[in-house]
Amino acid sequence: MNDTKHTWPIEAEGLVKTYRAGKSVIRAIEGIDLAAAPGQVLGLLGPNGAGKSTTVKVLTTLSRPDAGHAIVAGHDAVREPDRVRRAIGVVGQRAAVDLEATGRENLGLQGRLYGLDTRAIRDRSSELLARFSLTDAADRIVKTWSGGMQRKLDVAVGLIHRPQVLFLDEPTTGLDPEARADLWAEIGRLTADGRTVLLTTHYLDEADRLANQVAIIDRGRIVARGTPEALKAELRGDAVVVELQELPTDGHAAAALDAAGLGVATVTVARPSLDDVYFRHTGRTYRPQAQEAA
Amino acid sequence: MTAIARPATTVRGLSPSQTALAQTAYVAARHLRFFLRQPWFVLMALIQPVIWLLLFGQLFKSVTSIPGFAVSASYLDYLVPGVLVMTALFGCGWSGMSIIEDLDRGIVDRLLTTPIHRTAIIAGLNLYELVSLGIQAAIIAGLAHLLGAKFEGGILGYGALTICAMLVGATVAAFSDAMALLLRQRESVIGINTMLKLPLTFLSAAFMPLKLVPDWITTVATYNPVNWAVEAGRAALAANPDWPFILPRIAALLVLALVTTAWATRTFRAYQKAI
Repeated sequence: MNDTKHTWPIEAEGLVKTYRAGKSVIRAIEGIDLAAAPGQVLGLLGPNGAGKSTTVKVLTTLSRPDAGHAIVAGHDAVREPDRVRRAIGVVGQRAAVDLEATGRENLGLQGRLYGLDTRAIRDRSSELLARFSLTDAADRIVKTWSGGMQRKLDVAVGLIHRPQVLFLDEPTTGLDPEARADLWAEIGRLTADGRTVLLTTHYLDEADRLANQVAIIDRGRIVARGTPEALKAELRGDAVVVELQELPTDGHAAAALDAAGLGVATVTVARPSLDDVYFRHTGRTYRPQAQEAA
Repeated sequence: MTAIARPATTVRGLSPSQTALAQTAYVAARHLRFFLRQPWFVLMALIQPVIWLLLFGQLFKSVTSIPGFAVSASYLDYLVPGVLVMTALFGCGWSGMSIIEDLDRGIVDRLLTTPIHRTAIIAGLNLYELVSLGIQAAIIAGLAHLLGAKFEGGILGYGALTICAMLVGATVAAFSDAMALLLRQRESVIGINTMLKLPLTFLSAAFMPLKLVPDWITTVATYNPVNWAVEAGRAALAANPDWPFILPRIAALLVLALVTTAWATRTFRAYQKAI
């Protein structure tokens, strides 16, 4: 634990990052503030291009921010990147596994880079392979594995050194529903041992299911934050969906409906979803499919 | 939170610089393993220098009869340093393609978020290139010996030649890695590679003594590191190696290899700025 430093595993303030593309300047993130308490799963939710990955790159020391500062696992990500690197695990957007190596060899190289000895690597690899149900494939070349298996190995590689803080950047993008559900179960278990997780996703259901804190990011800024429940509760009340057989000529639905003698087909009472939260804070509906195609 | 141990900072019992060396070996082992699992790569690497030796041996056979060639040894003895240095130049120039593939797969990003020493990423890849170059050097020596080359400088001389070739290899590999990190496009790396290889090879004494070429080529060759390597390596193969001629060239090649490696390591900064 980091009690001595009295810092949370993730503390970021005013992070700004711009890129130059020819003559124009792209502002990827414009003042991101984030904090995650120990053992928390913080979901960073937003469409592609919102700034999720840039935020993760800055927090994981991959990219230097233009402004702002970030403390990760008790260390400054800009001034002490090496200390941060020792304490974090990073699982990027693509399964960054070595396709020509076996599962065990992938885990082995990563373990070596964190200074684990041969025995520690062997034991920890076996433990992780068993945990992700990859033991049978462990000594096969990863090229022959399914996408879901490669992704699970990717997560296992990120865990080899028991990181205090784990970053998962869109962990289930591109997986089929079965592999996705499978990985969700694994991610759910990751926090059981008190690890702090930052998860980015553009799937609302994923954030709703896995995160106990959600920050909604839109065009480089955090537009809302809180627990999924609190965010939904802010919308005050349930959404009532009424399907009518005919369109009434004037407003005031429910009471007027009977009086007007309009036949009600169905009435659905729905708890507000994160979709509704997203719509309220960004003024746009959330369509990850459309975003992906863009 | 007891389940989360503080990870070790260095390999047990090693200093930070020893850790960097160990990491270099891990990275080299990864590339070597990849290489050995591609039978076609292995075959190509083994066959290419053999083809060059046989092909150029036949093609340029009669140059020894040009007045002024003034080499007592056979053309084969003359040719071996050229072929070995050319093998280094051509083979190691593709080093950046490994970087591009690792960039595409996200492996570079993954490495950069671990505590790996930046130099170890470049040095490990280049070490692998040099191991495979060493194997090629042995094959060239064996074949040339079978074909009747004398190698009067003996094992020491051939060792010095191999070192010259390896330093050229390390330099072009680091250059290629740097280009890969700066440009991040296959086509650019291929283009630069192809553009540099032939002039560097033929504006040198690799296949033709500089006495027999136009003056401007001699001038250019003076500044061409490939030529330093060929001439130093060839001198080392002579019966009485002229070490005062050879050693400064090896030193210059070593400096060049270290400088390009340091530069390639620095390009990670440019890369991290761009992402």
